[in-house]
Amino acid sequence: MNEIIIGHLSEFPERRSRVVRLGSLELAVFKQTGGTVTAIENRCPHKGGKLSEGIVCGSHVYCPLHDWKISLNDGLVQAPDDGCVQTFPVYIDESGNVVLRIELSESKVS
Amino acid sequence: MRQRLVMIGNGMAGVSFVEQLLKLNPKRFDVTIIGAEPYPNYNRIMLSSVLAGDAKMQDIILNDWDWYKENHITLHTGETVTSIDPAAKAVLTDKGASIPYDELVLATGSLPFMLPLPGAEKEGVIAFRDIKDCETMIETAKHYRKAIVIGGGLLGLEAASGLLHLNMEVSVVHKHAHIMERQLDSTASRMLQEELERQGIRFLLQQQSDAVLGDSRVSGLRFKDGTEEAADLIVMAVGIRPNIQLARESGIQVNQGIVVDDYMQTNVPNIYAVGECAEHRETLYGLVAPLYEQGAILAKKLAGVAVDGYKGSVVSTKLKVSGVHVFSAGRYADGPGTKALRVQDDLEGVYKKIVFENGKVVGAVMFGDTIESSKVYAAIRSGEDYSGREKEILFGGAGASGGGRAVSEADLAAAMSGDEIVCGCNGVAKETIVTAIMEQGCVSIGEIKACTKASGSCGTCKPVVEAILAATIGFDQVAVVKEGICGCTTLTRDAVVEAIRRMRLTTTKEVMHVLEWNNPEGCSKCRPALNYYIGMLYPEDHEDELESRFVNERNHANIQKDGTFSVVPRIYGGVTTPGDLKKIASVAEKYNVPLVKITGGQRIDLLGVKKEDLPNVWKDLDMPSGYAYGKALRTVKTCVGNTFCRFGTQDAIKMGIDLEKKFERLNTPSKVKLAVSGCPRNCAEATIKDLGVVAIDGGWELYVAGNGGMRVRAADLLTKVKTEEEVLEWTGAYLQYYRETANFGERTSEWSMRVGLDTIKAALANQADRDALNERIDVTLGRTQDPWKQIVENDDLRSAFEALTAPVSPEAAASKESGESNKRGGREG
Repeated sequence: MNEIIIGHLSEFPERRSRVVRLGSLELAVFKQTGGTVTAIENRCPHKGGKLSEGIVCGSHVYCPLHDWKISLNDGLVQAPDDGCVQTFPVYIDESGNVVLRIELSESKVS
Repeated sequence: MRQRLVMIGNGMAGVSFVEQLLKLNPKRFDVTIIGAEPYPNYNRIMLSSVLAGDAKMQDIILNDWDWYKENHITLHTGETVTSIDPAAKAVLTDKGASIPYDELVLATGSLPFMLPLPGAEKEGVIAFRDIKDCETMIETAKHYRKAIVIGGGLLGLEAASGLLHLNMEVSVVHKHAHIMERQLDSTASRMLQEELERQGIRFLLQQQSDAVLGDSRVSGLRFKDGTEEAADLIVMAVGIRPNIQLARESGIQVNQGIVVDDYMQTNVPNIYAVGECAEHRETLYGLVAPLYEQGAILAKKLAGVAVDGYKGSVVSTKLKVSGVHVFSAGRYADGPGTKALRVQDDLEGVYKKIVFENGKVVGAVMFGDTIESSKVYAAIRSGEDYSGREKEILFGGAGASGGGRAVSEADLAAAMSGDEIVCGCNGVAKETIVTAIMEQGCVSIGEIKACTKASGSCGTCKPVVEAILAATIGFDQVAVVKEGICGCTTLTRDAVVEAIRRMRLTTTKEVMHVLEWNNPEGCSKCRPALNYYIGMLYPEDHEDELESRFVNERNHANIQKDGTFSVVPRIYGGVTTPGDLKKIASVAEKYNVPLVKITGGQRIDLLGVKKEDLPNVWKDLDMPSGYAYGKALRTVKTCVGNTFCRFGTQDAIKMGIDLEKKFERLNTPSKVKLAVSGCPRNCAEATIKDLGVVAIDGGWELYVAGNGGMRVRAADLLTKVKTEEEVLEWTGAYLQYYRETANFGERTSEWSMRVGLDTIKAALANQADRDALNERIDVTLGRTQDPWKQIVENDDLRSAFEALTAPVSPEAAASKESGESNKRGGREG
């Protein structure tokens, strides 16, 4: 498990996201109301929509392409649709850096 | 002369008592409340929902500061009573105040029980009891990863679930072999444990804590068997004990709690106790329903209303963990003389056990499906004899034939008797809800909650309340009720807009909160709608909420299926210049734009632009945004008109450009397309536009509510005018009337068919009305700015278009420490 600083908390607007690229892997990192930061793969399982561009409501994001509703905490697609997006653990260190925990093999680094 | 009522404690039980007292007899007392926490009364039960992210701190306030003011209650918060002087009839506080009373109510609640482990004083060891604990957990989760919850009871599991949602790794330590062993039998306990393990909680059962490890901050927990478990946070949730120290020191009789009689009176005259601190017939209660029952009895007594004494309560338990349904009540264990009805379905993860004694329901445990829980709870309380028809309790009237299928909420609601309790927390019976619907006109869950408090505490009875609502006002009305602007509310567009206007609500958050949205942050449908409505009503004050805008309006470009964007600069009236064309061409080349297309609206679309390139593309174009992405004025299509055309009767191009320049950047409920044709041959297709202008000899015809899209609709003639100024004036009035009365997302054609062309004509018929509409639209238009320019010139806005790129080489990524000097990856630009 590797730890990578992907930015500072102040760079993440609330109820919005930032895109983080790690090699060929693209993550959408969201800051929810209250400051919780979560990271999921930036790809809707439906038609590959960029989840980073979705509207964030509580701990869910709505895909901008066809409005699928996806949990930011566990990546699960909400009914009536079905599916799952990969999530990645994130924490905030003592100086406010957003730290991603990831197996390097996962990052498809070439 | 009013009597002085003083209450020590500002929690749910105490304040509920005061509420009921004020309802029964508002003039009898001057009320003073003294609370140690620096908050007004909040819903302690919902703290786990706050942790789980389902509610915000402000959502769980039950009585806000204004409530105290409106009811003339003197409130001391952050202040603690240090002693009671029953002889002088006064209480003393830690701030040196002496407050006299005629009647004194102790509602001091309880304190979390902290295990006296060595090291328990270390930083990072907390209880789970109040807002402060909750805040500590949320804060800790931002910086640390590993949490241990000591205690596998109700509170411990809710804390664990909350910490899990905060992305912590959570282990629950429990000294017994089964979790929630006081409420569940071993089967239900095992099923619950499996479900929680599936969600990610670890369990360390039959483990006794021995010492907290660490220096100043906790680093782990050691058990009696010598094993250790690492932890950055330890939450003790092993139980609560009544807060009775003050009573004891003041000479009031205490046992486990403050001893009270059936009227909640202590052994000292004029002093009462309610809630978790009170001990009645040697029983203490820690759940909200019995505490409210106690408060109701004391309120009646002090209000001078005849009342039967308190007889004690049967308690029931529901666990508030998302995705888990657990219910437990009464005596659920098998014993001599009891018979149990059991349903177990491992495939669906459902388990139900109803325990009967002499034909009466005495207890129950349910897991996975708790739909019959209020019915079962009511049966326990009523003591109704089910001899010979025991199975009805789970299977309804036809239950003898068996089959484990659960009944629907609607069936259940219909089958409930009037006095059956629907909301166990607040003791609200079905008939109370029905009365609120019939007599007070409640048509939504929110209104029923406001009128009766049903579903206002833990919220698990909401489906049943909904079913009662549906059953009471009938199928037809339900359809009406369901026509809320989205699934988050049952309120219609008009009701929402009216409320925003009346209460002067200024943010989407405020609207959703005040109008009791059932999702605190709304959904992708209502948030953009609310943002539009607020902006429409308050153009001068509204701060546009980017996070409530659909992607295209947030990024000022149209998202495409591959995540790239399209860019359409304004080409007023479809008239361009060689210079602009060259500029567009060179931008298309510079940024390798894969597709350049002429649009149906007489402009040029650059498709396939990467998000990061958008600000630079705009900067290089140096042209205004064409708003091809927005619920806004799109294009004004024109024909050549009399500038060159031999048939042209008027200058259609100039008219089109004037319209586009005046109304560009205007936000509207849905997109708006205009066109101007220079003669009735109508080459600009003006009669299928939201507003079409057709030149005739000596004047202009204005057509409205046409559509060339999904449902083709020919526009209707609105009026004929003589001058270009009149065209602008009528267009302004028409667009503003549409802005003010249409549903968000409703095109003018749908809107016109809904409200009727005659209504629109009548609204615009008078010069004074048109002037007023134009005045309002001018306020909005006067404040618009070109968004592309704004973003190009503002670094903060620009940065949202850039991706963060973390270091990708293994060396750079390998460790956080080695990257300390180069913390952030470079930005792509």
